[in-house]
Amino acid sequence: MSTTTSDGGHGDDASRRDFLYIATGAFGGVGTALAAWPLVDQMNPSSDVLALASTEVDLSTLEEGQAVTVVWRGKPVFIRHRTAAEIEAARNVDVGGLRDPQADEDRVRQDKWLVMVGVCTHLGCVPLGQKATDPQGEFGGWFCPCHGSHYDTSGRIRKGPAPENLAVPPYEFLSDTTIKIG
Amino acid sequence: MSSPGSGNRIVQWIEYRLPIFSWLDHSVGSGYPAPKNLNYLWNMGSLAGAALVIQIVTGIVLAMHYVPHGDMAFDSVEHIMRDVNYGWLIRYIHANGASMFFLVVYIHVFRGLYYGSYKYPRELLWWIGLAIMLLMMATAFMGYVLPWGQMSFWAATVITNLFSAIPLIGDPIVTWLWGGFAVDSPTLQRFFSLHYLLPFVIAGVVIVHIWALHTHGSNNPAGIDVKGPQDTIPFNPYYTVKDLLGLGVFLIVFAYWVFYNPNYLGHPDNYIPANPLQTPPHIVPEWYLLPYYAILRAIPDKLGGVVAMGAAIGVLFLIPWLDTSRVRSATFRPIYRQFYWILIADILVLGWVGANPPEGHFILIGQLATAYYFLHFIVIMPFVGWFETPRQLPDSIATSVLDKGGGVDSAKEGAQ
Repeated sequence: MSTTTSDGGHGDDASRRDFLYIATGAFGGVGTALAAWPLVDQMNPSSDVLALASTEVDLSTLEEGQAVTVVWRGKPVFIRHRTAAEIEAARNVDVGGLRDPQADEDRVRQDKWLVMVGVCTHLGCVPLGQKATDPQGEFGGWFCPCHGSHYDTSGRIRKGPAPENLAVPPYEFLSDTTIKIG
Repeated sequence: MSSPGSGNRIVQWIEYRLPIFSWLDHSVGSGYPAPKNLNYLWNMGSLAGAALVIQIVTGIVLAMHYVPHGDMAFDSVEHIMRDVNYGWLIRYIHANGASMFFLVVYIHVFRGLYYGSYKYPRELLWWIGLAIMLLMMATAFMGYVLPWGQMSFWAATVITNLFSAIPLIGDPIVTWLWGGFAVDSPTLQRFFSLHYLLPFVIAGVVIVHIWALHTHGSNNPAGIDVKGPQDTIPFNPYYTVKDLLGLGVFLIVFAYWVFYNPNYLGHPDNYIPANPLQTPPHIVPEWYLLPYYAILRAIPDKLGGVVAMGAAIGVLFLIPWLDTSRVRSATFRPIYRQFYWILIADILVLGWVGANPPEGHFILIGQLATAYYFLHFIVIMPFVGWFETPRQLPDSIATSVLDKGGGVDSAKEGAQ
């Protein structure tokens, strides 16, 4: 009897001590992780960077076939006044056969205005094709000189290493000739 | 204690309280026996150490004049070049010093690869060395961003975007690295902070590297173990003098770049201020990263390219086990030695492809060279180790040295 009690008591002591070790260790670990979080999170965008979130653009001076590059959140945004031929080319594509399948209709608010972030989805270079004299790739849209990605007249990836289409930013038409990006 | 000055009472007073003189003696003095057959390829370790010191000293001085801000960084570098006393010299030493550092470290690594320095019992030594190499790449990359020219900006963009290939959490990680929605001043400022920190981390890891080295001593060109005092000579004076001679030659080569061709290894586009709206038509990394860049571009898939580039260095961590031969030195491995030189040629081809635009036949050559790179380590290395018959190893380091010496002497006598 006394032997059993002593064994049991010893066993209880050991398990209680184990519990205390683990609880103390866990408390210390969680506390350290929480203390480290501000040191990690300080690298995320600061409030003033987040505040620069929208840009308004006047489109009235942009003729058909012309393009303009504006800055939104530090990135270039391509705005292109597309010609009928470019819209036609963008629509005459088998959407199912694309790497990142998306119909041209889903990428624009008004057919003639293509608005997208001018950052290659491969490694972030700015594709060429905004100027008439730029190389525009095999699909008449944009060509990224860094690693050879070709985008079509809807900004969709057609050839090269980039995995996705050029991103369409959130934007709305404030009037017929003014848009607000962001 | 046999270190110099041991009769000096001040030395004795210090030694009794802090045994630093005997520690030095056992580290780089007459109390550290080194294999007597080390050739000049064994100079690269000390040269790398010298290069690190040069980078730290010039870097600390440059930081006194540099301004880590997107609006001022480029101008402050021009200020250093034009206005600061000897600023041009110090910056050219620092910029070319990075290349010289990589040059000697790459020779150091290929020396280890040829003479099997990664094999038992030096596997951890090899790993620590690779960790130093990775830290150097991170440091060099961040340093390249600091002048805030076009190449700086777009190198920062492309390299940080490598992390966007990570599924699901890639984009939040990139935003976190940038501190914004694109590479901008917050990115530059953190890179400056880390660029200042990492060299001291490297110095710490170098101490661990030397600690591991001195546990079993240097490998040697014969690749056989030291068997007794007849195989060694004291580090001081023999190898201290040899290292100093090597340092002199190294500094002559270094001075050529600094004084006669300071911008050759750089890129003219980096004298154009950073412009987030225009990517230069042809962006390339510094020469020491070109082979990895070629591997990145060889895979026509974003995640695949990034994984392959990581694996190109990752596979080096595995070679203590991928190399199945029991003979260390390629001197005694007739088949492996040939594959070794093919690998060197392959890496040079990768560098050449990496320097050229990803068009036409460069794509195919880059893919073939990438495939061969991995084939060498994953297939050729283990199979050659299994099937090759190595040449007879010398009985000891001493006999290998004496045989060679005898050969030279008899040749001289023959000529007379």
